[in-house]
Amino acid sequence: MVTLNDYLLASGLLFSLGFAGVLLRRNIIVIYMALELMLNASALALVGFSRFHVRDGLPDYNAQIFVFFIITVAAAEVAVGLAIIVALFRARQTTRVEDLTSLRF
Amino acid sequence: MAPIVFWIFVILMLGFGLSVIVSRNPVTSALSLVVSFIALAALYVSLGAFFIGVIQILVYAGAVMVLFLFIIMLLDLRVEIRKRMNLPAVSGGTIVIILFIKILFDVCYSFNGGHAEFPAVSVATHGDVWTIGTMIFRYYNLPLQIVGTLILVASIGVVILSKRELK
Repeated sequence: MVTLNDYLLASGLLFSLGFAGVLLRRNIIVIYMALELMLNASALALVGFSRFHVRDGLPDYNAQIFVFFIITVAAAEVAVGLAIIVALFRARQTTRVEDLTSLRF
Repeated sequence: MAPIVFWIFVILMLGFGLSVIVSRNPVTSALSLVVSFIALAALYVSLGAFFIGVIQILVYAGAVMVLFLFIIMLLDLRVEIRKRMNLPAVSGGTIVIILFIKILFDVCYSFNGGHAEFPAVSVATHGDVWTIGTMIFRYYNLPLQIVGTLILVASIGVVILSKRELK
């Protein structure tokens, strides 16, 4: 029997993988992919809660619409983020975050 | 969905997710991310969210990943050279992640409501695409327009950022 907690556990583990990627990797593109993993993990938790909260014999579709908006905004965010990375690469010829320290105190 | 199938997809999703963050070649990371997202779409379908599963594959495994691969090829990124890790940063990050996973397990096993089986859903008269479409255009019309404007602004922003000289 698969319960809500199993889905929440899977979602949380995926989130911590993304978290680990953001904290430990140095390549800015891989950091960006890890951010996408975290975003998707939160969407999985939302869909799990949507299926768990049944009203009138139907799952709660409000959560699924929320996930729809999350995916839309994430697509826009990926486009802008990758454009920023390309502009950064053009200016500095690097994708390593250790080389981009001009804002460091 | 049978529990064995659920766990197979969870292991696929987490295994390829791990491969995203450990592989040194960015192309390997991007392709692992595709497999991870397809397994995630299978989990959405197992929850009865067919529409979300389909747009997950279309938007993420399709559009977003093509964009990632395109940028990786455009920047001509090589396999990263192995470098000595910054020890305080790595150990600090690992401790934070281990604490996070511990809290996660504590919460999941003390949340008693989540141990119950999923409540049954009745057979819907319409598919979930019909229901979601109706709800979006009836109750979420303003957010939909705002998201449309956001995408317009994002695409204009990408064009401006890609210009060679910023004025």
